[in-house]
Amino acid sequence: MAGLHKSEFANPVINWIDTRLPVFTMLQKEYGVFPTPKNFNYFWNFGALAMVNLMIMIATGIFLAMNYQPNSELAFDSVQHIMRDVNYGWLIRYVHQNGASMFFIVTYIHIYRGLYYGSYKAPRELLWILGVVILLLMMATAFMGYVLPWGQMSYWGATVITNLFSAFPVVGPKIVTLLWGGFSVDNPTLNRFFALHYLLPFVLIGVVFLHIAALHVVGSNNPLGIDVKTPQDTLPFHPYYTIKDSVGMCVYLIVFAILVFFAPNFLGDPNNFIPANPLQTPADIVPEWYFLPYYAILRSVPNKLLGVCLMFASILVLFVLPWLDTSRVRSARFRPIYRQLIWVWVAAFIGLGVCGAHKPEGVWVILSRVCTLYYFLHFLVILPLLGKLERPLALPESISQPVTGGRGGGPLPSGATTKPMEKA
Amino acid sequence: MRALRSLMAGIFAAGLLAAPVLASEEAPHPPAQKWSFGSVFGTYDLASAQRGFQVYSEVCANCHSMRLLHYRDLAGIGFSPEQIKAIASNVTVPMGIDDQGAPKEGKGTPASKFRSPFPNDNAARAANGGALPPDLSLIVNAREGEYDYIFALLTGYAEPPAKFAMQDGMNYNKYFPGHQIAMPKPLSDGQVTFADGTSASVEQMSRDLVMFLTWAANPEMVERKQMGVRIVLFLILMTGLTYAVKRKIWADVH
Repeated sequence: MAGLHKSEFANPVINWIDTRLPVFTMLQKEYGVFPTPKNFNYFWNFGALAMVNLMIMIATGIFLAMNYQPNSELAFDSVQHIMRDVNYGWLIRYVHQNGASMFFIVTYIHIYRGLYYGSYKAPRELLWILGVVILLLMMATAFMGYVLPWGQMSYWGATVITNLFSAFPVVGPKIVTLLWGGFSVDNPTLNRFFALHYLLPFVLIGVVFLHIAALHVVGSNNPLGIDVKTPQDTLPFHPYYTIKDSVGMCVYLIVFAILVFFAPNFLGDPNNFIPANPLQTPADIVPEWYFLPYYAILRSVPNKLLGVCLMFASILVLFVLPWLDTSRVRSARFRPIYRQLIWVWVAAFIGLGVCGAHKPEGVWVILSRVCTLYYFLHFLVILPLLGKLERPLALPESISQPVTGGRGGGPLPSGATTKPMEKA
Repeated sequence: MRALRSLMAGIFAAGLLAAPVLASEEAPHPPAQKWSFGSVFGTYDLASAQRGFQVYSEVCANCHSMRLLHYRDLAGIGFSPEQIKAIASNVTVPMGIDDQGAPKEGKGTPASKFRSPFPNDNAARAANGGALPPDLSLIVNAREGEYDYIFALLTGYAEPPAKFAMQDGMNYNKYFPGHQIAMPKPLSDGQVTFADGTSASVEQMSRDLVMFLTWAANPEMVERKQMGVRIVLFLILMTGLTYAVKRKIWADVH
């Protein structure tokens, strides 16, 4: 027989609720006193920013859905109705449209942070894998969302990307028919994409919850990549990281606002201002910018099936990254060679993005092949070997006593010690 | 390590160098014009946009629809409710079907959509030698180069260079991709008479028309930018305050 929770809150109403449903205790534990490494840099803002971004997308998306018509005859005009006639519809729509780009910017930096500081290594493998699942869900959601305005690039992007599945032998064409709900991209496609585009963000919330739950079991990594050893290594999440995340959020909102208010179509394609026309193919079909690197990988090989497989593999390889990287040192700060190579990988990824924006001709084919080769070489060959060959630098004793001396080592400020630490 | 750095630099340099080379193979880049709406604080020149509406109504509207606009929207370029009523009532617009089931027409009201010159795309093609005059509601946003491109196109008609093989019924334009456009040169000097006495040169009419079309595609732009300036200023202040609080909270942490 379960007893009542013994709540420590003084406020009688909160205490009454907390005794029966200890949500306040949970919040206090997970976001109040939660012991967090004290040496985070601003790269550790981006998880919280992604969370905020997801909330913005859902909030704006719900209001868009109230005015949007998921019908191939009406969709394009209904978006323009939102832009022109709905009160502040242009604001809601531009926030949603550019929010997708911001979401990918934030998430890509978040992933890069994980790669640089080895956040995927034991014991955070499952945390990382859940993160890759989030990335996949985000991509599916973004892709289907881009189809909804039913412009030329919506239509032809959907046609090209769904057609990729036809490369798979035997089941390929069946999958494509299932995706389309018919024999071409048409009204049934739009209907199901709308339904899924509305559904997937809530699935995303579920996986994000698991991602955070896993994080709160193993605890955060930190720029030194070493484990938390004593309470002196940590600070309570609130107020130290709530305020630090707030600073990051303000800067993020400035960038977001500049995009929304001064260049709302900067990242878009002019072709999507033309209603979808199945009889007229645009001169150059390109996906949204955040898919360009994968698009370049797809087009870097002449064989369709191989290209599709490589494109999917470029994400799937991330699932096994914790086991491909054989080095036990997490942070790139103490891995002199990895520290250089991760930048080569970033250059290859950005290079792929640039290649994806150009027709696969001449220098772009060669460049996209070189970048694709390095992208996979980095994960599949370099990381397994590097862990064995590289000589890492000496790791610091602890977060509060880095070997380099200088900062750290002092006693905790009074504010940090008033609340007892739950765990070291 | 130095080798790695130079490899990275090489990859970036290749990307930067190759981009302009590829771009120059297409139609020439439309020259950038100075527009009143260009800057962060930019607004539409309402007198110009009203003249542009006149050019659209008297010239373009013979072939091009603007199906996303209503006459009431013209308040956005400074027309008064009376003026809008007058403009709308001068136009015959479809009014659904009558009691006998026949299509009905009537005088436009401010709530009416802009009258389309053709009942459907097929009729538009039939009247234009097979070419479909695109709807102009979003034309500025729907073209690479936006307003500068539309201006360049309107003023870019010329004699084809020697040896340039023109197809029948096509017209040479410096800025149109492929240089062969089905639309004949739409504007000529003095084609319309502006009530405010502005001389109706091709360049002036094009400028006014682009002002009008840019507004038509982005009617929210002025409100958007004004709101943006306030929000960004607020956020900068907010960032400063938040950072100060952060510094204070973290002051004791070593």
